[in-house]
Amino acid sequence: MTAELVLQILLTVAVALVGVGLFGALSQQSIVMVMMGLELVLNGVLLAGGAAWYFLTPELPDAQVLVVVALVVMAVEMAMGFAVTVAIYRARQVDMVDMATDLRG
Amino acid sequence: MTELSGWAFTAVAVLGVLSVAAGIAVFVVDSMARATFALLASFLAVAGVLLALDLVYLAVVTALMMTIEMAVMAVFMIMFMMNPAGLMPMTMVHNAKGSAVIGAATFVVLAVGIWTIDWPTRNPPRPDDSTRQLGEAIMGSHMLVMLVIGISLFATILAGTVLATARGRYDRFGPDLDADRPDDPVPGGFRR
Repeated sequence: MTAELVLQILLTVAVALVGVGLFGALSQQSIVMVMMGLELVLNGVLLAGGAAWYFLTPELPDAQVLVVVALVVMAVEMAMGFAVTVAIYRARQVDMVDMATDLRG
Repeated sequence: MTELSGWAFTAVAVLGVLSVAAGIAVFVVDSMARATFALLASFLAVAGVLLALDLVYLAVVTALMMTIEMAVMAVFMIMFMMNPAGLMPMTMVHNAKGSAVIGAATFVVLAVGIWTIDWPTRNPPRPDDSTRQLGEAIMGSHMLVMLVIGISLFATILAGTVLATARGRYDRFGPDLDADRPDDPVPGGFRR
């Protein structure tokens, strides 16, 4: 199997993860499940970054650095997401996104 | 482009399917705890793919970070969710159809791009050690990335602590922040 085909299959797997994660982030009501959807999107970015490095530019570190940035974004998202969850639950016993629509336009 | 060896291709194929299957399972299973571990399985599968692609360091970081992260997440699930064990089947979704359409449309648009692009066919030199390549980049040519990451993580620590603290400035200095002395349950602290 040619390398180009493997790259395309891997990127398709990555966008499948992005699609599933997007569905979850948009459809779930519980705040923690929304965060899990966002994590799944970033999981796809990790996979796409790794595949791009191996098949397209292994001589450059850029794709690897992109994967590192995606990992950091995951960590920041989790930390801030949990902090916001704790804060809003403490203030108003809210654990669902439908109960926190103050900023709705 | 460099071909994958036989075993690496097999691993990539199996783990790729596993990562998507586990990703779908996250939003299908009833139990929140099971959903957390399905997400962990998806992350570990992607870490395995990265390992097969010679990205040893990133694979290990992904696996370790996500294992701990999902353990923390399971604790939060049990703390905040009304149905953590999935003992009574319930769906907690809104606008599921619209979300599914958006997710599927995103997948189709990106997949069409992936399968219609003429990918470059060249044979670039491969580094002996991908970890060394990354380390030299973030300590040299890509140091700005490392600086931004460091500051972002520090800001996250501060913001997370401030948000998670039970008592804020309004508890300490009144609704108009005009109290001369903060109302603290224990002595000490800022502006005393």
